[in-house]
Amino acid sequence: MADVQNTTGATTAGSIEVGTAGAGAQLAGPGTGRSTVQQPIDARVAVKPSYDVDDFPVPHGREEDWRFTPLHRLGGLHDGSAASAARGEDKIELGLPEGVTAETVGRDDARLGKAGTPVDRVAAQAYSAFEQALVVTVPKDAVLTEPVKIDVHGEGGVNFAHLVVDVKPFAEAVVVLNHTGSGTRAANVELLVGDGAKLTFVSVQDWERDAVHVAQHNALVGRDASFKSVVVTFGGDLVRLHPRVNYAAPGGEAELFGLYFADAGQHLEHRLVIDHDTPHCRSNVAYKGALQGQDAHAVWVGDVLIRATALGTDTYELNRNLVLTDGARVDSIPNLEIETGEIVGAGHASATGRFDDEQLFYLQARGIPADEARRLVVRGFFAELVQQIGVAEIQDRLMEKIEAELEETVA
Amino acid sequence: MATLEIRDLHVSVEAENGPREILRGVDLTVKQGETHAIMGPNGSGKSTLAYSLAGHPKYTVTGGSVLLDGEDVLEMSVDERARAGVFLAMQYPVEVPGVSVSNFLRTAATAVRGEAPKLRLWVKEVKEAMASLQMDPAFAERNVNEGFSGGEKKRHEILQLELLKPKIAILDETDSGLDVDALRIVSEGINRVRSTGEVGTLLVTHYTRILRYIKPDYVHVFAGGRIVESGGAELADKLEEEGYESYVKGGASE
Ligand SMILES: Nc1ncnc2c1ncn2[C@@H]1O[C@H](COP(=O)(O)OP(=O)(O)OP(=O)(O)O)[C@@H](O)[C@H]1O
Ligand SMILES: [Mg+2]
Repeated sequence: MADVQNTTGATTAGSIEVGTAGAGAQLAGPGTGRSTVQQPIDARVAVKPSYDVDDFPVPHGREEDWRFTPLHRLGGLHDGSAASAARGEDKIELGLPEGVTAETVGRDDARLGKAGTPVDRVAAQAYSAFEQALVVTVPKDAVLTEPVKIDVHGEGGVNFAHLVVDVKPFAEAVVVLNHTGSGTRAANVELLVGDGAKLTFVSVQDWERDAVHVAQHNALVGRDASFKSVVVTFGGDLVRLHPRVNYAAPGGEAELFGLYFADAGQHLEHRLVIDHDTPHCRSNVAYKGALQGQDAHAVWVGDVLIRATALGTDTYELNRNLVLTDGARVDSIPNLEIETGEIVGAGHASATGRFDDEQLFYLQARGIPADEARRLVVRGFFAELVQQIGVAEIQDRLMEKIEAELEETVA
Repeated sequence: MATLEIRDLHVSVEAENGPREILRGVDLTVKQGETHAIMGPNGSGKSTLAYSLAGHPKYTVTGGSVLLDGEDVLEMSVDERARAGVFLAMQYPVEVPGVSVSNFLRTAATAVRGEAPKLRLWVKEVKEAMASLQMDPAFAERNVNEGFSGGEKKRHEILQLELLKPKIAILDETDSGLDVDALRIVSEGINRVRSTGEVGTLLVTHYTRILRYIKPDYVHVFAGGRIVESGGAELADKLEEEGYESYVKGGASE
């Protein structure tokens, strides 16, 4: 039966931690802390960021930043065993509009490591183990009319990857990183958005059902630059993504959109950090997820830090989850730290709602079969977010993707 | 000619202390073109009858039968009943976030008609139906029932009635929550559908005021989970004057 609390949805606003269990799956045991007292973000990350995997102890699962992740399904990315296993293959296909360059470079290339440092052991493992990096450069003032395409197709085995997208000042680009296939992958993605530049970065996780994918995305947003991140996670057994934003100079703007759909048994985790340490920057986060099936698990953690120096900050973050069936579980934790009162605005909201029997009945009572009714609701739920992305081609592709996912899974 | 036959219908709900019987043997036949008013005091089971006919999962049929043109309605799923021609205008329409009215109406019409209506004709049809119910076209882009006022929700129900053209329309307290103007507009909508002669109407109401606009062929008094008296339109006048008191005493469900 439905968990009563979730039949109407749990909604929070304010600076508290929320754990929301999907119907039938109560949060239980240590470390699920529904009412955990909020801790400063810096304190929650026990280990200092580092490029060296050996600077991080092997997580055991009770750490604040690992407590939701089923470590045994990480394919050894966290404990060194993946690093010593045989490397797998992946096929990378690039679609480069004119003027854009892509180079494969060695570990010592000076352009690496500028956007941010690995914050956990898997990211550091990826940094310590990758052999070659891909550097994609969009030259100064170039305004692309076509997206840059990076198609990664995993062919099994372990891969450590490093990607740098360097958008030079006043350039405008859309970059789509598309993941398909299978394998165990840890990666760091650096997104350098030059002064006055605009970057829309889309990362699609369209993996086969058995894939493992852990990645840290570091964006460094220049003066008056705009960064938009669109993260779309449908596939994989375990996906854990860590989009992070830092501002290099005042006037920067970051929008982070996310969309995920967890089916039975899938663990899809998105942990966002926006570090406002620079005045007059903006950020807006909106993540939406749907879940269905036994042990579908979505984790969303949104940490926004407004440091004392970040005067005039304007930020909002939102996470909404739609639980379609019993047995699914959501942990949604917005966290806002404010060290200065001189800001334009700061807010967050998290809500987990159940697609309830009354809605289903209403739609069915109009002749709409149950499976189609569910699809109708999920489609509408996501469309609201997709419409905000602002790149028509991406929006169309995403709606098609959602449609395909719905056809396949919502029955 | 479509006929809905309800025979000795018994329905229970799951209450805290076990199943509770709400409907205790309802007998009623509604033919296409006829209008039956079902009138009764609060809690007498009118909505239970309406929801049971539509197949709401909360209600368990424990006895009796419901046939639509000889077909067993109780065997059908909720959406099959709707496609077979049973329509329920709900007393409390449900909000469906994320689904726009226009998308919802088109999906419903496609399901009920068995094919997607031609887009140009459809747009015109919806526009006209909305205009005659004095609904702002902006409603088409809003989410189903989300933030609608009570009266707006009822207009939206009747809009669906007009577009889906059922064989049997069950209207549960469509008059409640409407001011005088809205009551007239909604009643005119119902009368437009009735005047086609193609629909059998089951008008569930607590008050007689809607009967000033919609003349029933039959009036049934509902009390204690069954029909306790049936008559013509004049029975409504009697109820208007005397209320339900005499029925409640005799047929109380407790
Ligand atoms: N889940 C339930 N548990 C116990 N009793 C219930 C439940 N659901 C409905 N009932 C009871 O069933 C009876 C009939 O309710 P119903 O809604 O059908 O009445 P109604 O005639 O439509 O009333 P109204 O005029 O107020 O709309 C009421 O006494 C109500 O309390
Ligand atoms: Mg009622």
